[in-house]
Amino acid sequence: MKALYFAWVRERIGKAEEELSPPDRIATVGELMTWLREKDEGYAAAFENMKTIRAALDRIHVKHDAPIADAREIAFFPPMTGG
Amino acid sequence: MSCRVIVRVQEDMFDAAEEAAKLTKNRTDLGAVVTFTGLCRDESGALAALEIEHYPGMAEEEISRVVAQAAARWTLEGVVVLHRFGLIRPGEPIVLVVTASLHRAEAFEAAAFLMDFLKTQAPFWKKQHPTDASAESEPGSGAAAWVDAKAEDDAAAQKWRG
Repeated sequence: MKALYFAWVRERIGKAEEELSPPDRIATVGELMTWLREKDEGYAAAFENMKTIRAALDRIHVKHDAPIADAREIAFFPPMTGG
Repeated sequence: MSCRVIVRVQEDMFDAAEEAAKLTKNRTDLGAVVTFTGLCRDESGALAALEIEHYPGMAEEEISRVVAQAAARWTLEGVVVLHRFGLIRPGEPIVLVVTASLHRAEAFEAAAFLMDFLKTQAPFWKKQHPTDASAESEPGSGAAAWVDAKAEDDAAAQKWRG
């Protein structure tokens, strides 16, 4: 699946997007964050406080318990500050 | 008459009056047009510029979903929502909401609803570039910082759910 990162999540990870191939045991958005956090210290910093991180699956806001199974695109970002 | 909807996400400036006229042109039945423009303020001289990042594709789609909610809740004849991204200087417009209806209550309430939900739902993020009296105030030179989401904005959106 394609992963997109925005704002300080993007800055801490050091890239705007990448292709992810999580193992089959990773079933939800929250589990994917926990898995990503182990990759390196940039990811660890981005997902340090996971409850503040928002996620979207195929461009729709989802909660952390949402299953990632059929999603083509996942995005992680801080709470929005537009308007 | 169905509700005319215009949603745009763009880097360029916009003209609020020109956009509002798109809803009112050749109409004699409308009774109210509310136009809200959100501006970039200079934070008492501390801000050189805002840099707005967005999620291309989702930004337009999420705004459209919020507009659909407003159109389901109030009888609206037209809605325009424009949101800018990129570098925005103090005094420049950031966001535009225009609502048109037969009577004022719908237009006022829908415009407030749209702004409250755009702030908490639409995927945009603001970064503040501070002015620096001792150096050039070009964005990127100072310690730019992401704007934190405000609890009061969440509360403003929440009140519509009550």
